[in-house]
Amino acid sequence: MNTTTFPNSPLLSVRDLSICFDTRHGPLRAVDGITFDLAPGEILGMVGESGAGKSLTGTAITGLLERPGRIDRGEILFEGKRIDTLSAEEMRRLRGRRIGAIFQDPLTSLNPLMTVGQQLVQTIRTHLSLGKEAARKRAIECLAEVGIPAPEARIDQYPHQFSGGMRQRVVIALALCAEPSLVIADEPTTALDVSIQAQILDLLKKMCRERGAAVILVTHDMGVIAETADRVAVMYSGRVVEIGPVEKVVRDPRHPYTKGLMQSIPRVGSNALRLTQIDGAMPRLTDLPSGCAFHPRCPRAFAECKRTKPAALPVEGGHVACHLYQEEPV
Amino acid sequence: MIAFILKRLIQSVIVMLAVALIAFSMFRFIGDPVNSMLPENASAEDRQELREQLGLDQPVTVQFTRFVTGAVQGEFGISYRNKRAVAEMIAERLPATLELVLAAAVFALLLGVPMGIYAALHPKGVLSNMLNVISLIGISVPTFVTGILLILVFSVWLNWLPSFGRGETVQIGWWRTGFLTVSGLKSLILPAVMLGLFQVTLIMRLVRAEMMEVLRSDFVRFARARGLTNRAVNFGHALGNTLMPVITIVGLQLGAMIAFAIITETVFQWPGMGLLFIQAVSFGDIPVMSAYLVMVALVFVAINMIVDLLYFAIDPRLSVRA
Ligand SMILES: Nc1ncnc2c1ncn2[C@@H]1O[C@H](COP(=O)(O)OP(=O)(O)OP(=O)(O)O)[C@@H](O)[C@H]1O
Ligand code: SF4
Ligand SMILES: [Mg+2]
Repeated sequence: MNTTTFPNSPLLSVRDLSICFDTRHGPLRAVDGITFDLAPGEILGMVGESGAGKSLTGTAITGLLERPGRIDRGEILFEGKRIDTLSAEEMRRLRGRRIGAIFQDPLTSLNPLMTVGQQLVQTIRTHLSLGKEAARKRAIECLAEVGIPAPEARIDQYPHQFSGGMRQRVVIALALCAEPSLVIADEPTTALDVSIQAQILDLLKKMCRERGAAVILVTHDMGVIAETADRVAVMYSGRVVEIGPVEKVVRDPRHPYTKGLMQSIPRVGSNALRLTQIDGAMPRLTDLPSGCAFHPRCPRAFAECKRTKPAALPVEGGHVACHLYQEEPV
Repeated sequence: MIAFILKRLIQSVIVMLAVALIAFSMFRFIGDPVNSMLPENASAEDRQELREQLGLDQPVTVQFTRFVTGAVQGEFGISYRNKRAVAEMIAERLPATLELVLAAAVFALLLGVPMGIYAALHPKGVLSNMLNVISLIGISVPTFVTGILLILVFSVWLNWLPSFGRGETVQIGWWRTGFLTVSGLKSLILPAVMLGLFQVTLIMRLVRAEMMEVLRSDFVRFARARGLTNRAVNFGHALGNTLMPVITIVGLQLGAMIAFAIITETVFQWPGMGLLFIQAVSFGDIPVMSAYLVMVALVFVAINMIVDLLYFAIDPRLSVRA
């Protein structure tokens, strides 16, 4: 790829991205003008309550947004080129090859009727011009790399012959077998047994670091983010309310929502993100509050919060969207 | 897997015995066949002789045992109506029915599966909506009406296809086939279409629903996320998983089609088992009726066995566990 613009140009650049669903009662905006960059090889954690729009953002980047949903504003640049306007076929070539994806449930992510090897070989041969034998050799190497013992034998087995953790390793092998430079991992360990979650995360991190692949890691677990990610984006009600380096955001969060999150960090490995410190629930898309969507729950809300949406204020390594910080110097 | 097959075999034997009991009970509860077989003025000796010949003088248990052992050897006694061995009559009629059902099933699959796939892949398409409406009509119109309409259009008005009988047939061993002659094939078309039309709609709706479900599943989403081509995703990954449940239903429907064939065979005067059965009913020809019952049950049970075995062949999750 000729990304020869300047050395530290972002790998992925999401600009003012909005996603809406056309419903019978008019359009519903599920993602509302989010902006963030991702450097090559960087791991960006993405947190937020259920329904905040994390998965939708990932889906939009991979170009897999489905029917009633559509991107209604903004743009997505990957390796310097716009990808949200690519044709379905161009986007398909990018998917798996340059942008990989890993989903939540390894038990259902694999086709039960095909051997692991058939699925790997098919994926490899879709993207790389390799013969059957070479592709199979590479598939065995991929399985070995994700830590599957005796890959020569296991390659001809079916998914149900693997345990949950092993299956997620296979999923990682499938997502990385064509060496994408960006991997979107949407809650890759949520469905797994707590005891193997850390192993899988370590593996994912190691594999991506070795290949220099950047990762967007969606999770409900701030502990996981703190351990794995370089930067973190906090989403609330379709917006990125705060984004910045992990140490900064974890140790010294600015946005009141992030502050609430940090006080409720569960132990590493626990699935639930319990917002014991913040009363109430995230608003429904159908009745979003005026101004800052967080104001009904915000302990520091003031008059302006109900009137206008806070703009994103650049701070070191990221931004924060809250009226409290509008005047603060950078 | 062998244990599984054994278990299914034992189940099948139990089912067949139950059916045999029902078939046999017909002898006991539906009148005295001797009355309908002999002229009014027959002597008592004649009656007794026929009674002995038919085995009706024996105790019930002996009669049932004889019925079952006979049935196992393909012996169902002698038809009350034309005094011939029932087994022979069934053997004569069986090929006609099986060929009809086979043709109808192939027709239904060849039309229903692609239509279902198309409708699943283009759920909002104009053609899909049309197929849906047509299939609704197909399900709600009684089959004998479609049969009569087919005859009206293709036999009476257009005069393209014969409206009754099997046409010329060729004898191969004990099997009389209509597949090898032009007139045999032409005669097959209308009855097969009538019998298969309902199944087309059924299969189409089933394939559509199953495939839409599979297309929403995680492994299909993951296959798309890996950049596989639409063809590989739709036909390589989705279709295979769609056809699993479809096989079961189609298997069961094959059995149902043998039963439905009674109507088709009546409308088209198709010389199969169904027509034989209808004639037997109107005459109270119990040996034929019970033999038909046993034969249909046997085909049902056999198809079920085959479907189960197909599952083993297709689904790797089964073959390992058993
Ligand atoms: N097909 C759809 N029609 C209408 N709204 C939808 C549709 N799909 C998603 N949404 C809405 O979009 C919003 C964001 O969904 P998304 O799946 O991105 O949330 P998420 O942050 O990934 O949540 P979770 O943590 O539960 O995975 C939700 O409020 C959801 O209700
Ligand atoms: S803008 Fe106001 S309501 Fe929103 S988070 Fe900041 S202080 Fe709270
Ligand atoms: Mg999600």
